[in-house]
Amino acid sequence: MELSVFIVKSIIILAVFGVSLLIATYSTWAERKIAAFLQDRPGPNRAGIFGLLQPIADAGKMFFKEDFIPRQANKWLFIAGPSLAMLTACMTSAVVPFGDTVLVNGAEVTVQGIDINIGILYVFGVVSLGVYGVMIGGWASNNKFSLLGAIRAASQNISYELAMGLSIIAILMMSGSLSLRTIVEQQHGMNWNIFFQPVGFIIFLTCAFAECNRTPFDLPECETELIGGYHTEYSSMKLGFYLFAEYINMFVSSAVIAVLYFGGYNYPGMDWVRESLIGGLGLNWGHNLATLVGTMVFFGKIFFFIFFFMWVRWTLPRFRYDQLMNLGWKGLIPLAILNVVLTGAGLLAGTRLLSWVLILGVVLVATIQAGTARKRTVAAGRLSKV
Amino acid sequence: MKLTNRSRKTDKSPMTIAERLYLPAIASGLGTTIKHFFQKKPTIQYPEQKREFSPVFRGLHVLKRDEQGRERCTACGLCAVACPAEAITMIAGEREPGQEHLYREEKYAEVYEINMLRCIFCGLCEEACPKAAIFLQPDKIAPAFYERDEVIFGKDRLVEKMDDRASVGIEKYTGVKS
Repeated sequence: MELSVFIVKSIIILAVFGVSLLIATYSTWAERKIAAFLQDRPGPNRAGIFGLLQPIADAGKMFFKEDFIPRQANKWLFIAGPSLAMLTACMTSAVVPFGDTVLVNGAEVTVQGIDINIGILYVFGVVSLGVYGVMIGGWASNNKFSLLGAIRAASQNISYELAMGLSIIAILMMSGSLSLRTIVEQQHGMNWNIFFQPVGFIIFLTCAFAECNRTPFDLPECETELIGGYHTEYSSMKLGFYLFAEYINMFVSSAVIAVLYFGGYNYPGMDWVRESLIGGLGLNWGHNLATLVGTMVFFGKIFFFIFFFMWVRWTLPRFRYDQLMNLGWKGLIPLAILNVVLTGAGLLAGTRLLSWVLILGVVLVATIQAGTARKRTVAAGRLSKV
Repeated sequence: MKLTNRSRKTDKSPMTIAERLYLPAIASGLGTTIKHFFQKKPTIQYPEQKREFSPVFRGLHVLKRDEQGRERCTACGLCAVACPAEAITMIAGEREPGQEHLYREEKYAEVYEINMLRCIFCGLCEEACPKAAIFLQPDKIAPAFYERDEVIFGKDRLVEKMDDRASVGIEKYTGVKS
C-alpha cells in the first residue's frame, strides 16, 4: 500500500473511532435534552451554552467518585465486565461504511474501517459478545439482583438475536452479499431496502431496541425490581463505561439500521451532485466533496435514529418479562420466518415487493376485524342503555 | 344506583387485532410526545427570572419604625397571644429619658424573638397589632437556615433598617403614610 493511502486510511480509522466516541458522549447530553423537551422541561442548560459542557462535567464527576469493589466480588471479572462491554461496543463501528471512497493520488480509499466480505456477520458476532460484558459484570458482583439483571440481559439478547438474524436473511437474499459496502452500493440513489423490506425493518428495529437494552426492553436495569440491574454494585468510571457502552451501542445500531434499510450514504440525486461537483472542482476535489456530502447524509440518518431511540424511550413504558418473551418468540420470530418465505417467493417470481403483501394483509384483517368489533360494542352499548 | 356521574363503564371486550399489534398505539403515543417536544416550556429560570409574588403573599416578618425612625412596637404582647404557633416571645422595657428618638411609646420591646421553625406565616400577629408595628412582607421570603441557632430571629434581624425600608407599612390599612 502506498504511504499516502496508508496515512489517509489511518486518519479515516482514527476519525471513525473518535467520531463514534464523540457522538456517544453527546448522546448522553441529547438524551437528557430530548427527555426534558418531551416532558415540557428545558433540560440541562447551566454547564456551557445550552448545557453543552454537561457530558464533560458528568465524566469529571464519574472519574472523581470512589471506585468501589465489593469484598465478595471476583475482582478481575468485576473489572473485566465493563471493559468487555466497552471493547465490544467500540469494535462494531469498524465495518460500517461511513461513506463512498476518497481519491488520493489516483488511488481510491474507502471511508470505512475495513471492508470485510462478512461484514454483517462480524456485527452480529461482536454484538453477541456484548452480552459477556453484562453477564460477567452481573455475575462478578456477587449480588442476587445483579445476577438476575445479567440473566435477564443474556436471555433477552439471545432471544432477540434470533429474530434479528432472521429479519436480516431477507435482506441478504435480496443483496446476495454479506458485505455491508455491497449492501449499501445496491441501494444507490433511492433504492433503499425499506421500500422492499418494511416488515424486516420493523422486526430489525424492535430487536435493535432489545439488543441495546433500551426502553421498552430495558428489563436488565429495571429499577423497581432489580435496583440497578447488572450494574448495581458498580460505581465511578466502571459504571460510566457501562452507561457509555450503551450509548455507543445505540450509535452503532442506528448506523447499521441506516446501512441496511435506509441506504447508508445514498440519497436521491447523489449522481447529479457528484457530477456537478466534479464539473466545478475537478475529479479529485469533486469526488471527495461528493463523498463528504454522502457521509453527512449518512450521519443525518444516524442522528434521526438516535433521536428515535430516545423518542421511544420517553414514550413507551417497560414490557413485563413474559410479554417480552412472548413478543420475541411468538411474535417476531414467526413473523420474520414468514417474511423470509414471502421474500423468497417474490424473488422467484421476479419481484422484490412481495413483503408488502404481509403488511397489506395485516392491515386488511385488522380493519375488517376492528369494524366488526365496533358494531359489537355499539350493540352492547345500546343494550345497556335499555 | 350511581353516586356520581364520573363513573365509567370499563370496556372488557377482547382487544381487536389492531390493538394487539401495538404499532398503531405506539404511533399515536409517539405523536403525543412529539407534540410536547415543540411546546413552549413553562419553566422559570429561577435565579435569573423570578415569579411574581401574589399581592397577599405573607413572607418574612418586619418590625416597623415610624417616619422618624422610632420603633413602633410597644411590647403589648397581643401578637404573642394571637400567635397560634406560639412562635413569638418578648420582654418589655421602659423607655429612659433621652431615648425618645429610639422608641415611639414609653414602653418598648427589649427583646423580641420569633422562632422561625414554629412560625406558620398565618399573619395573625399582623392583624392583632394595634400599633401597626409588625408586618409580614409581601416580597421577602424567610431565608433558609443551616444551623439551629439561626432559627430564632431577634430584633437585629426583624427591625427594619432606616436605609432599607420595608415595602409594607401602616399605609396598608390607612392608605396614608404616617
